[in-house]
Amino acid sequence: MTDPHHQAPRKPQGLPAIAVAMGALFFAGLVGLMLYGVVRSGDADRDVLPSALIGKPAPDFVLPLLHYPSVEVGAAQLRGAPYVLNVWGSWCVECRVEHPVLTAFAQTKRVRVVGYNWKDEPEDALRWLERYGNPFFVVLADKEGRYALDWGVAGAPETFLVDGSGIVRWKHTGPLTEQVVQERLLPALEQVEQAR
Amino acid sequence: MLPELGQVLLALAFLVSLLQSVLPLAGAQRGNAAWMAVARPAAYAQLLLMSGAFALLTWAFVAQDFSVKYVADNSNTLLPVIYRYSAVWGAHEGSLLLWALVLALWSAAVALLSRTLPQVVVARVLGVLGLVAVGIIAFMVFTSNPFARLLPAPLEGRDLNPLLQDPGLIFHPPLLYVGYVGFSVPFAFAMAALLEGRIDARWLRWTRPWTNVAWAFLTLGIGLGSWWAYYELGWGGWWFWDPVENAIFMPWLVGAALIHSQAVTEKRGSFAGWTLLLAIATFSLSLLGTFLVRSGVLTSVHAFAADPSRGMFILVFLAAAVGASLLLYVRRAGHLEPGAGFQPASRETLLLLNNLLLASACAMVLLGTLYPLLADALGLGKISVGPPYFGLLFFVLMVPLVALVPFGPLVRWQRDQPSKVMALLLPWLGLAIALGVLAWFLAPQGKWKSALGVAGAAWVAGGTLYFAWKRLRNSGRLTAEMWGMTLAHLGVAVFVVGVLLEGAQSLDHEVALKAGQSVQLGQYEFVFQGVDQQQGPNYLADRGHVQVLRHGRELALLHPEKRAYASGGQVMTEAGILPGLTGDVYVAMGEPLGDGAWAVAVHIKRFVRWIWAGALLMALGGLVTAADRRFRRPPQEKPA
Repeated sequence: MTDPHHQAPRKPQGLPAIAVAMGALFFAGLVGLMLYGVVRSGDADRDVLPSALIGKPAPDFVLPLLHYPSVEVGAAQLRGAPYVLNVWGSWCVECRVEHPVLTAFAQTKRVRVVGYNWKDEPEDALRWLERYGNPFFVVLADKEGRYALDWGVAGAPETFLVDGSGIVRWKHTGPLTEQVVQERLLPALEQVEQAR
Repeated sequence: MLPELGQVLLALAFLVSLLQSVLPLAGAQRGNAAWMAVARPAAYAQLLLMSGAFALLTWAFVAQDFSVKYVADNSNTLLPVIYRYSAVWGAHEGSLLLWALVLALWSAAVALLSRTLPQVVVARVLGVLGLVAVGIIAFMVFTSNPFARLLPAPLEGRDLNPLLQDPGLIFHPPLLYVGYVGFSVPFAFAMAALLEGRIDARWLRWTRPWTNVAWAFLTLGIGLGSWWAYYELGWGGWWFWDPVENAIFMPWLVGAALIHSQAVTEKRGSFAGWTLLLAIATFSLSLLGTFLVRSGVLTSVHAFAADPSRGMFILVFLAAAVGASLLLYVRRAGHLEPGAGFQPASRETLLLLNNLLLASACAMVLLGTLYPLLADALGLGKISVGPPYFGLLFFVLMVPLVALVPFGPLVRWQRDQPSKVMALLLPWLGLAIALGVLAWFLAPQGKWKSALGVAGAAWVAGGTLYFAWKRLRNSGRLTAEMWGMTLAHLGVAVFVVGVLLEGAQSLDHEVALKAGQSVQLGQYEFVFQGVDQQQGPNYLADRGHVQVLRHGRELALLHPEKRAYASGGQVMTEAGILPGLTGDVYVAMGEPLGDGAWAVAVHIKRFVRWIWAGALLMALGGLVTAADRRFRRPPQEKPA
């Protein structure tokens, strides 16, 4: 490819080695990431790591209800019976994907499903629920994301199972699927119910 | 027999593309004129073969040959004839065929319109385009054959995705492809320049209209897609930061940067290396866009089937193409002529800032798009990065860009006195601020956004028109290039009005309505007159009748629809829209709530048309610029 008789004089501002190295690293990283994506794209069951919160008490919080902003609910009020906490936002595409699954699960009325509306405008959230249906027992509104960090929420959707004494027992990151509900959430819920 | 002929044509096209790449590139390296001369005829042959293959697939759809798997998967006997044509590019295999056809069109156009360039440059440019064709046709032939048979042939096909059964979607993919495949021309040119080891202002002048035309088409394609989403999805939104939208938006951003930096390099010789890198980046991002859309790596409303073997093939192609061009760049770019120097206060600096802001915006979109994948790879779980991230960062990056637009054309090359330029623009700044304040007081809601939108737009429009007026007064005429720039910058102003005022002042409300009930929104009253059923060619529609009144006077009777398609029971929304210059009245039907009641969403979308009008102006600007005679002037002997 290179021409040994190339006569262009060498300019002092030839590409700095550090820039080239950074560029190469970036390119390699990008290709590696894509490769990972391609390999994973065929894998329907993309597993995720468990949360550090499992087995620990749910973080304390006091949040207004989405539908009645003057009413505030804290972790203490939810204690006494297990509940499923679902983090969602009207801006989150995958929340819409999991919504039918979550709705079907909530309709079994086996456990309270609490909505955790995260970083969302209340009007948008209410409209979203109006449009797609509201499966939640109550919806907590964390508009600024005040407590999400305590829960270790990195993105929506995420789903937690908290037992009657307020201990986090199970967590799922990403949209709930029928498979996740059947194979992971329900067994976890069974354990929680037996322990009572 | 015809589908087999199509396969033969594809195989021949593959061989011809090999010929078009290997011989001319080797010939250019060794100075063999006969080998280089292969490039042009090969490009024409390529176009002929691809057109033939495309015509055969189209015929399979029109004649409803369900023995072709792709046809059976994407059409049925009820499909209206017009959509049988557009179904050709309605799914994976066919859209690749369209991609390859568009590439062949661009290559043939280059072959035809490159008489003024030295033969060695033409050979290299067409050779590189041939290499791209090798990759894309191989992808089709080896993993995604559109002519694969389905035997025994089914009596009835499935259906074209109902989302695509819409006039807007007939033109959306071809426009996009003409746009981003068109970036292969500046890319091929950049490769030729790097292989040659120098960049000649004459070749660059020759490349500029190609970049502008490609970018203009991409703008049209994106605008059309946005408009379609607005009236078809029934959410009243016009942009969703969906991964596939982002995939197409990234080459647009970097392409816009490329247009500007090419102008600097052509006129002043500066940023030569940067311009070449941008040309590589723009096309690489086009390939990345193809990869993201076609591989199913990211979840998206544009979801296509995920097949790892396809994703792997295109990833290898992407990595090889981009890797090789970057390697060449690293080896050669350090030795380019540096061009004329410039002071901090100069047009060069402003264009550099423009480039940095656009490139940062692109990097931001790339990060947001890939972050969910990255988080997944690092075990942080599946994450959705939404409009809050994109909206905020984009706003932060675009404010300085918009603020700088009027300065660009008025500041001199090389050096200028900032105080002089400021003095020229001060009245316009004053006017913009005054209008912004006025908007703040007049806006019924979203005061800050409205004020910012009006002030920003007035600033850009005022500064741009002032430039045009000053030019006209001083020299009596504007070149096509200047007209193009003026139009495109005015497009930015119009777009700014649309985005910010739509965001600030739109109203919406979702209610349950029974026949005869009404709802009030702003100055408008909506009377729901009920729903009847209508039989379409391949769907059954619930058609609502909504009377729109203002101050008691009837404005329109809108007909939002819910269409259930016969093939898969998929339900599609058709919004009822009363368009207007200062706002649309928009009605969409939700779900039936039982008891004769329906969920009805009513929106007032203020200034939403300005968004697409702005895009249209930008595209027009690109096309007008490309028509400048200077780009087609026969080359002078001395390099500029």
